[in-house]
Amino acid sequence: MKAKAFKGGVHPEGHKEVTQRLSIVGSKLPERVVIPMQQHIGAPCEPLVEVGDEVKVGQKIGDTEAFVSAPIHASISGKVTAIEPYNHPTGAKVKSVIIEADGNDEWSQEVKPPGKSVEEMEPKEILNIIREAGIVGMGGAAFPAHVKLSPPPEKMIDTLILNGAECEPHLTADHRTMIEDPEGVVFGLKAMMKVLGVENGIIGIEENKPDAIKTMQEMAEKESNIIVVPLPTMYPQGAEKMLIEAINGRQVPSGGLPMDVGVVNQNVGTSRAIAQAIREGKPLIERPLTVTGAGINTPANLMVRVGTIVEEIIEQCNGMRDDACKVIIGGPMMGMAQPELDIPALKGTSGILVLTESEISYSEINSCIRCAKCVDVCPINLIPSFLGRAGEKGQVEVAEEYHALDCIECGCCTYVCPASRPLTQWIKIIKAEIMAQKKQ
Amino acid sequence: MEEIKVEVLLQAALALGGLGAIFGILLSVAARVFAVEVDERVEQISEVLPGANCGACGYAGCNNFAEAVCSGNADVGGCIPGGKDTVSEICQILGKEGVESVPKKAVVFCDGDRQTAVERFVYDGSPSCKHADKMGGGFKACAYGCLGLGDCVEACPFGAMKMGDNGLPLIDEEACEGCGVCANYCPRGIIGMIPRDYRNKLVMCNSRDRGKSVVKACPVGCNGCKACTKACPQEAITMEDNLAVIDVDKCDGCGECVAKCKQGAIKALGEQHAAVEKLPRLKLRKLRK
Amino acid sequence: MNSKLVVSSSPHLRTPETITSIMIDVIIALFPVALASVLIFGYYALVTIVVGVLAAMVTEAVLKMKTDIMSDGSAAVTGLLLALTLPPNAPLWIPAVGSACAILIAKHFFGGVGNNIFNPALVGRAILVMSWGTLMVGGSDFWPVPGVLNFSRNVAGADVETAATPLEAEIVAMGTGWQELLVGNVTGSLGETSAIAILIGAFWLFYKGHIDWRIPGGYIGTVFILGMLLGDGFYMDSVLMTGVFHVLAGGVMLGAFFMATDMVTSPVTPLGRLLFGVGCGVITMIIRLYGAYPEGVTFAILLMNAVTPIIDRYTVPKKFGEVKS
Repeated sequence: MKAKAFKGGVHPEGHKEVTQRLSIVGSKLPERVVIPMQQHIGAPCEPLVEVGDEVKVGQKIGDTEAFVSAPIHASISGKVTAIEPYNHPTGAKVKSVIIEADGNDEWSQEVKPPGKSVEEMEPKEILNIIREAGIVGMGGAAFPAHVKLSPPPEKMIDTLILNGAECEPHLTADHRTMIEDPEGVVFGLKAMMKVLGVENGIIGIEENKPDAIKTMQEMAEKESNIIVVPLPTMYPQGAEKMLIEAINGRQVPSGGLPMDVGVVNQNVGTSRAIAQAIREGKPLIERPLTVTGAGINTPANLMVRVGTIVEEIIEQCNGMRDDACKVIIGGPMMGMAQPELDIPALKGTSGILVLTESEISYSEINSCIRCAKCVDVCPINLIPSFLGRAGEKGQVEVAEEYHALDCIECGCCTYVCPASRPLTQWIKIIKAEIMAQKKQ
Repeated sequence: MEEIKVEVLLQAALALGGLGAIFGILLSVAARVFAVEVDERVEQISEVLPGANCGACGYAGCNNFAEAVCSGNADVGGCIPGGKDTVSEICQILGKEGVESVPKKAVVFCDGDRQTAVERFVYDGSPSCKHADKMGGGFKACAYGCLGLGDCVEACPFGAMKMGDNGLPLIDEEACEGCGVCANYCPRGIIGMIPRDYRNKLVMCNSRDRGKSVVKACPVGCNGCKACTKACPQEAITMEDNLAVIDVDKCDGCGECVAKCKQGAIKALGEQHAAVEKLPRLKLRKLRK
Repeated sequence: MNSKLVVSSSPHLRTPETITSIMIDVIIALFPVALASVLIFGYYALVTIVVGVLAAMVTEAVLKMKTDIMSDGSAAVTGLLLALTLPPNAPLWIPAVGSACAILIAKHFFGGVGNNIFNPALVGRAILVMSWGTLMVGGSDFWPVPGVLNFSRNVAGADVETAATPLEAEIVAMGTGWQELLVGNVTGSLGETSAIAILIGAFWLFYKGHIDWRIPGGYIGTVFILGMLLGDGFYMDSVLMTGVFHVLAGGVMLGAFFMATDMVTSPVTPLGRLLFGVGCGVITMIIRLYGAYPEGVTFAILLMNAVTPIIDRYTVPKKFGEVKS
């Protein structure tokens, strides 16, 4: 099966060679973690512990009744020293449970294997394990996994796609996960297929990771209903809509979700986390992330406990170079630049990228010269130059007319703009304004 | 040269004259038949309004405001740039009692310029205060301080504002008509409207943060120490959310508070912009006096 | 790491491409064209080009009140393009005045780079054509009338006097082989004669991704087809060759690859770009075959520039996953 290329897209330099051969190594156990009660899309959790409580690794410390949410677990054992608003990678202050480590790293009694194999479990049971383990999409958006796996009954789901595209430059955490634990990835995939009752499991991997494709193919050959599809190397190949179109030619309708075309989409890292939850009962308390970029002294792929402070992670990689000037949580195309480093790494943090002065450009914003390069690269077929202008001037109606809400914020338009116009920023702003008006 | 024939001239004159007559009749009939009821007071009020279409009244333009006043949807004192005279004229047209309207001017309640105010990070992006404010909570350590990217200057319908070299907007007091459009455009609500002839003291700060964080973020911010409230003989200074606020009706400009303020946040108006040269005038239409 | 961090919205990577780099690419692309003009018409062509470019750059620098004469390079491109549309024997004030008008009237009156509605070089040329028409067809002392262009048969002209010229011109056209048109060894404006040089330059722009096939393809395709259908097969008694003749003779090649593709004044939508090219082709052929001017490229492109906003408005591409309603 050969995937077809989607329309548009860009080819930023990959820089993946820096870390793609580095195995994921366990990071130093943090002495203090800051665990925000909101690490996912959906309702925030309420803390289940109080200041002074002793907690163990894997103990549930935050939960909520809301469906679109995921519980949160302690990632180290120790004592809760504070529950207060703390810096969050999104820029806001979010209520967080702060735990000082006792150094024992003692696991909670709650963490134990279910004692049953997947074959013996009901789909409902598996789903419950996934929810209780607090698993969210680990590609970056952090959408609760169990919600994605419970489509309304009227939606006929026939395919589950595992996203191993990792189209963001620099990042290699998913790549390493596929190479180091292909068995876990496939196990998770099979479990999710059982939950959804689908027959087709497809793993999509960009062609710039031939070793991962080979490893996964070897695993998939053992299964009758799982195939690996190599994808053209092109950003944003890993965007849900692009991925689905490339793999089975279906276009997710505007304003719709993958399940509208019978597809559910999960990241390979999520699949592996689900495998661990089902086999070992281990909740999502750590995740692999790539620490990289020219500004970091020793790039690495680290297995990091949720809630570790980013500054400490950077220290473990021997700190930043003198000319480092931008720290990004996530990849360079969609990640968020951080004003300060006293922020925790979350369940959805796929990478920490440090760029140097030579890699960023403070170029002056010029007038649009209507070169239409943004139109050519937009994977959603919008006219970013018009949308950008509407955003700049705050013209809500114009932006809506040109389908601002369909924008996936992939950043291709800004990437190619020769006039260095911050198109994506303007579109994000006008999208927020349109949403605000709609709510009224 | 050929001789011009009289018939040709006549034909032309007749044809054109006839056409003119026909269209004239058609138009006058149409004007009667399809006449739209216009409140003649709307036109009269539009006449007395300044005509700058500044939008301070909350309507798109002066005409819309006139309509709204006539239909009773808008307050007669809604036109701030027009001032007292306009209001009384509108009242005359509508046959209403006069409403007191105080002419205003805009003041930027922040003195944390590029040198003094602490900046947390370097912002790189859309050059607009509104947009920068959303990026990581704004690049200034003070969440209430002026970002200095000039949304207000862009917005001013009278060309009375200019971005100073120190990163704070300057206001030409004479050109400012007190419409308040800049205050609406400021995403942080730093610009306030005060009586036009007010010359006394003001607290040049907008920060509602607690003392400690104010001092960390800005050496000239109000830290809420209350020294001024105690010192004021007129009892004109009150504390609102950690911020000293001077009641412009009570202040007599004695200057006791200025002496007591360790932060130097209290200033006499005009002192702050003492060295400001007159801004180049850009009046689109001379305002009625 | 002592200094403050930089914070910006994603994406944090940018192509190294800037407006200036695009303009430099266009200048590189025009180099073979300029070289061909110097080889064909002699050193005077070089002087004309230099004057045109300098005049445009100086005008831009004066208007921007900056000493940086290069600026973003767009003025140099305008000046170069304008010079290449001039006849080889124009007095030197012609490129100077043309460039100055192009930059001042067509560009800065509209708000500078990115805001102009009409292609500045073509506006400059249009002003020159209308003001000093005799100089612009090269009808002066030391160069013969560029007869190749005068192939139009003015069907409306019942007058014996005006009918004679096209007929004569047709004879000139017949005497020119298509190989010569390809190489450019014919009369005409500086930059328009050598199709090969233009193609080499256009290839560079394609390679760099600054133009796509839609505008030139639409333009040249339309000219070719209309030339075959309406051209009466007068050239070499072949319908096909008449189409080829209409493409190669005159300014169609230069216009299609370098003028119509001007980013600022052409549509941004893919379908719009194709329509724009087709429109240019149709208008060019109407002017050539039925209009008063022998050549219509300038006005065809200017007219299409004027409708660019409307084209954009009505050719908004179908968004991804559009739901049929």
